[in-house]
Amino acid sequence: MAGRVLTITSGKGGVGKTTATANLGVALATRGQRVVVVDADIGLRNLDVMMGLENRIVYDLVDVVEERCRLRQALVRDKRLSELYLLPAAQTRDKTAVGPEDMVRICEELRASFDFLVVDSPAGIEQGFRNAIAPADEVLIITNPEVAAVRDADRVIGLIEAEEKGPARLIINRIKPEMVRRGDMMETAAVVELLAVELIGLIPEDEAVITAANTGRPVALSDNSLAGRAFHNIARRLLGEDVPFVPLREAGFFERLLRFVRTEGEER
Amino acid sequence: MCYNRFSHAGGWEMEADGIVVKGIRQGLLINLGEGPWEERLARLAHRLEAGATFFRGGRAALDVGARPLDSEEIRRVQALFARYGVELWALLSTCDETVLAAVRAGLVPDLALGDRVQEPAEPVGEAGPAVGGLVVGRTLRSGQRIEHPGDVVIIGDVHAGAEVVAGRHVIVWGRLQGVVHAGAMGDAGAVVCALDLAPTQLRIAGYIARSPEEKRRRPVPEIARVRDGYIEAMPWRKR
Repeated sequence: MAGRVLTITSGKGGVGKTTATANLGVALATRGQRVVVVDADIGLRNLDVMMGLENRIVYDLVDVVEERCRLRQALVRDKRLSELYLLPAAQTRDKTAVGPEDMVRICEELRASFDFLVVDSPAGIEQGFRNAIAPADEVLIITNPEVAAVRDADRVIGLIEAEEKGPARLIINRIKPEMVRRGDMMETAAVVELLAVELIGLIPEDEAVITAANTGRPVALSDNSLAGRAFHNIARRLLGEDVPFVPLREAGFFERLLRFVRTEGEER
Repeated sequence: MCYNRFSHAGGWEMEADGIVVKGIRQGLLINLGEGPWEERLARLAHRLEAGATFFRGGRAALDVGARPLDSEEIRRVQALFARYGVELWALLSTCDETVLAAVRAGLVPDLALGDRVQEPAEPVGEAGPAVGGLVVGRTLRSGQRIEHPGDVVIIGDVHAGAEVVAGRHVIVWGRLQGVVHAGAMGDAGAVVCALDLAPTQLRIAGYIARSPEEKRRRPVPEIARVRDGYIEAMPWRKR
């Protein structure tokens, strides 16, 4: 069975593409999927750092394209999950070193050995973005609940539809429920309505994500952060499970107790 | 003067002329890239001119892609490299006509053959062709890469994400956090020294080592070399 190529892109920088790629890779691999995460951000690679794999890189994507090594040699196996691999970008080159046809060829080769290929797109809508979406079967758009990010996401969705890579699905990242409640942040419903695409994930703002990025341990590796659980929910939806969207705040003790009692009651 | 040399050597691969220069075990591999032949040759000449101190005394293999070249054109290429003191030893092409002409001109058509020819030769370290050192007078940042067939001395730091590839020793008068490949053409006698040796990854000839993931103690100058099949770092003490 051939693997699915998911490209994660946003238009705007800094909204969480690389974080989402690393965490979806982890979440899918935790669920027994064979996963390779591909860093298409040549010249500004970060995925390796966020996954704590930087010091294991010997060859990279550009070495594969320029035939200095075989594809297998460039894959870096994750330290923690045996079914998770990274195909790193080159750091000392730029986007012109790779073309869309190279990405298609490499992903075709990887499909045979993996269930999922998660491609981390660079910011922008230039060649790096074109490279990242060229091999995609499905595109996940990530945005933040702020006007500029949503505007860029809209632009990117248009480009993806023009490339017939759609329908794109949407992840809204860095939601602060408290601000939304005060009316100071765009509501998720408003974002979804504006972009008119299917929602696949809501990720709350979570300090654990910053610590995780700095230490190279994606939050999805453990079950004790809100963001980590949200990424696992996306992975489950990607695998076809029907996971309801839950309110994004740490429930108080009383609420949790109430919910516990209710679910116990419902399941019996 | 040192600074000038670096300003030539810095950012080789960043240049927009489509020519890619890469350090390989047997020297430099130059890929001409796409474009009309005459224009490519002019770009190559320009590149050799701009980086004359980098290229002089080096060995190079040239990849011309699928271009059909005759003996006359290959002689022009040889003359061009000779003018800048570069030994052109191999010419790679996917075009049969070009390969034949290259062999007739005394060039090796395959990098793997270079290995076999090279093996009996002396290691690059002591008896190799005389290549000068390259002094880089500033800090290398992420994405910057220095390649040089001889020794490389960096007066400054090497940040994580930066890369130094040298035919022989690498000396960093500063903190080394990036990736260094010393003895990149196969010289396992090459060493890497730094005032603070904390590289992401260290390579000497065909050996690779990662820094331990523990927290750093107070930095001391260290020297890394290959010993018993491993890369070993030792504090540099007064002796």
